[in-house]
Amino acid sequence: MSPFSSGTRLRDMIRAIRACKTAAEERAVVRRECAAIRAAISENEQELRHRNMAKLMFIHMLGYPTHFGQMECLKLIAAAGFPEKRVGYLGLMLLLDERQEVLMLVTNSLKQDLNHSNQFIVGLALCALGNICSAEMARDLAPEVERLMLCREVNTKKKAALCSIRIVRKVPDLAENFMAPAASLLKEKHHGVLISAIQLSTELCKASKDALEYLRKNCIECLVRILRDVSNSSYAPEYDVSGISDPFLHIRALKLMRILGQGDADCSEYMNDILAQVATKTESNKNAGNAILYECVQTIMGIEATSGLRVLAINILGRFLSNRDNNIRYVALNMLMRAITVDAQAVQRHRTTILECVKDADASIRKRALELVFLLVNDTNVKPLTKELVDYLNVADPDFKGDLTAKICSIVEKFSQEKLWYLDQMFKVLSLAGSHVKDDVWHALIVVLSNASELQGYSVRSLYTALQAYGEQGSLVRVAVWCIGEYGEMLVNNVGMLEGEELVTVTESDAVDAVEIAFNRYSADVTTRAMCLVALLKLSSRFPSTSERIKQIVGQNKENIVLELQQRSIEFSSIIQRHQSIRSSLLERMPVLDEASYLVKRATTTQATISADKLAPAVTPGGLKLPNGVAKPTASPLADLLDLSSDGASATTAATTTTAPSDFLQDLLGIGGTNSSMAGVPSSASTDILMDLLSIGSSPSQNGLPASDFTHPGPETKPVPVVPEAIDLLGSLPSSTSVSAETKFTPVLPKAIDLLDGLSPSTSISGLENTAHPSITAFQSATLKVTFDFKRQPGNPRETAIHATFTNLTSSTFTDFIFQAAVPKFIQLKLDPASGNTVPASGNGSVTQGLNVTNNQHGQKPLAMRIRMSYKVNGEDRLEQGQVSNFPSGL
Amino acid sequence: MIHFALLISRQGKVRLTKWYTPYPQKQRSKVIKEVSTLILARGPKLCNFVDWQGCRVVYKRYASLYFCMCIDPADNELETLQIIHHFVEILDRYFGNVCELDLIFNFHKAYFILDEILIAGELQESNKKAVLRLVTAQDSLVEAAKEEASSLSKIIAQATK
Repeated sequence: MSPFSSGTRLRDMIRAIRACKTAAEERAVVRRECAAIRAAISENEQELRHRNMAKLMFIHMLGYPTHFGQMECLKLIAAAGFPEKRVGYLGLMLLLDERQEVLMLVTNSLKQDLNHSNQFIVGLALCALGNICSAEMARDLAPEVERLMLCREVNTKKKAALCSIRIVRKVPDLAENFMAPAASLLKEKHHGVLISAIQLSTELCKASKDALEYLRKNCIECLVRILRDVSNSSYAPEYDVSGISDPFLHIRALKLMRILGQGDADCSEYMNDILAQVATKTESNKNAGNAILYECVQTIMGIEATSGLRVLAINILGRFLSNRDNNIRYVALNMLMRAITVDAQAVQRHRTTILECVKDADASIRKRALELVFLLVNDTNVKPLTKELVDYLNVADPDFKGDLTAKICSIVEKFSQEKLWYLDQMFKVLSLAGSHVKDDVWHALIVVLSNASELQGYSVRSLYTALQAYGEQGSLVRVAVWCIGEYGEMLVNNVGMLEGEELVTVTESDAVDAVEIAFNRYSADVTTRAMCLVALLKLSSRFPSTSERIKQIVGQNKENIVLELQQRSIEFSSIIQRHQSIRSSLLERMPVLDEASYLVKRATTTQATISADKLAPAVTPGGLKLPNGVAKPTASPLADLLDLSSDGASATTAATTTTAPSDFLQDLLGIGGTNSSMAGVPSSASTDILMDLLSIGSSPSQNGLPASDFTHPGPETKPVPVVPEAIDLLGSLPSSTSVSAETKFTPVLPKAIDLLDGLSPSTSISGLENTAHPSITAFQSATLKVTFDFKRQPGNPRETAIHATFTNLTSSTFTDFIFQAAVPKFIQLKLDPASGNTVPASGNGSVTQGLNVTNNQHGQKPLAMRIRMSYKVNGEDRLEQGQVSNFPSGL
Repeated sequence: MIHFALLISRQGKVRLTKWYTPYPQKQRSKVIKEVSTLILARGPKLCNFVDWQGCRVVYKRYASLYFCMCIDPADNELETLQIIHHFVEILDRYFGNVCELDLIFNFHKAYFILDEILIAGELQESNKKAVLRLVTAQDSLVEAAKEEASSLSKIIAQATK
């Protein structure tokens, strides 16, 4: 005997392990035992093998490695005696699984044991085979098992039947071999055999269509008889479970009936009576009875049952649902979820009870109920259901809020019929559980907001109010801050008040306060803070009076330790301080986001995380001076939103503008000339979408000037020395590129125009004759009116020439007037030069400008355009913008 | 079908594991850890079912032990609860007022009993007495073999004296 072989008994080892006070002690004991066992293994000790295996199993259960004992199992199984075999098979099932190759070695022993004269040894082999056999073993040993199913011993029969289940699962092709034996076993009387045979038949039906047909033909009568016998049987103590005779057999029979009756009217009809009997007669005061009723309901729902039977089933479910036992309610919800496809109306009737279950104390029930509610929602009940769920969000416990929020959001998005309702619900969810709202949900909200021009005012005011009360909700803060930045003036001026909307008085400095507070909140993350900075910057242009203060706030972060924030602060400060002349055009409102393409993208790309930050410094423009550094496009969540991800590797770096406008131009030309991928487009959150609009992003290498006709009204245009590359660049742009001229230039850029003038083939609009469509007033404010006249190009319905007329309604002259327009992707826009840049006061004359619009989706989508007019009144910058959605139909 | 059966104590100690669906050894310990934290955290009056990774774990607490069985979502949860109870009743009859210590020191007996109740994750026998009869019959077979061995060794010992 080896010195390590302590020879302790199993009981002693377990005691020793249990006596250990620390994990280290336990490890030491186990190590000692394992060493002893290994020693015994290597010495091939016969007597202790049996005990060592038992010890190994215990050690295995504690989670220690025991692979060295695997071969010992095989030796024990190969031994002659029953005790060795019993422990050996147990060890085999515990220590090995079907993946291990050692298992193949046992096939031969198994085969011998299956043919053993002792029924218990056959039983052990069948049990082991049934629990861990692999596909190869199944093939090898299937004939033995098949034979054993027909032997005389009941215990062997039922084990063989169950073992066949495993074989059929592993090798479905073998199903046909077992059809006939299974059918013959169904005629037996012994419950164990019946249960096993029914389970085998169920498995066969799943595995093969032929088997299903065979059993339908041959066994349906048997099955009905089994169920009838067991449910009518008198008290049998050995099978009795709380007054019901063998609920297991009941349930298994009902389950097989469901499979046989599914989609087969004859079979189903045959079962109707017995199902009705079980459904009505089974006692429902104990778990066993309820289990049978539950299975019975499932079967009734699954087969082609009569409507009377269905009503019976739904009633049982109704009873279940109002049961006080949580288990019963759980299965009722579960069942209703399946019943909804059969009889949605009946399930709808239980809506209020189900909604109560959403508020249950039990997480399992809540989860189930919530899933069910989600299935119950339809166009008619979405509003009350959402209201209930949103109300519940108030009191739901934090663990559940995540699930609940996700479901509410998806219901609201899926079923919203009107935008206002959608926005209202989203605002509520954001307020109550903003920190649980997923990024893509609030991104989608922003897309919707940007498209709902008539609701933007309302939204920004609602969000502002919500922000005051629920500043701790991350997503709410982001959406609110974004809206305040974009639509700040609507917040202050109460633009677009809805009926019944409460009037809030917000001053310009209040709006700035809100953003500042959001920025300084300790829980704000980098993205939120970055969005706050953008919002502040935007507000500085919307509310010139707060500019000083914003400069201060932004300035405070020039030394922020987060690079992103520091960079923004520095760049934004310089925009506020030094580039007032271009600031207003730089910080114009974001163009409308394309809803359709966003939805497609959201559906397809699960997580496009191409971060804008990575792209920005991709190309270092050689020889180009970078006056203010390079502004990054906004943080990645927005980048995703803004379509950046599809732009691939194109570096969409935006150069912030330079100190002097002439410099700016030089820069622009320089950019074109040096062929770097810099776009002379002002940076801000809108950059990316602008790129998109300009289709620049999709061109892999180049972002040149916005290639279109710049509107330059300056009369004193002087030719400049043309930079040849720039021309080339522009000239080479294919005419098919969808280009919308978002002109970004202050009028101090006389040179660009000439440069580009030569490129614009279409000159000013010839006249107003042949107007097929009535004129529209595209925009009207207290100060300015814009009308559009239309002329169709004969032969090309897609193209429309628009003649825009700008009229000054005030008594002071507008100077440096610039008109800008942006269109969705499917529209191409060309702007002709305007007739002048000064709009005389009081409507004494006007400025006109031609626009050529090509609608690539003519007939499918109407024209849409956002316009913007910037001008100076007495040297002061003014900016007006709007969306033109009243284009005549047919354009 | 039942994917696995698990017995854990209130302290999270494993008392019995039986796998009917192959899980690699590494994953087994992960599963045990996940399921036990899930179940031990649940309060006393909640329902006995927990959704776990697309399956459903049915559990019931008897004294200090949690009996758990993982089933397909389409299976009958109430019946599984009944199977657990079936198993516990048989254990109780076999050991005579079973307690956790019985299952610790005679863990292999618990396995033998389970093997007479379930095979391939399906129920084998609904008759408690039949199960007990089979297990005791096999136990006595083992006893007989032991006696035989000891009497044999006595004879050898006497013969060699």
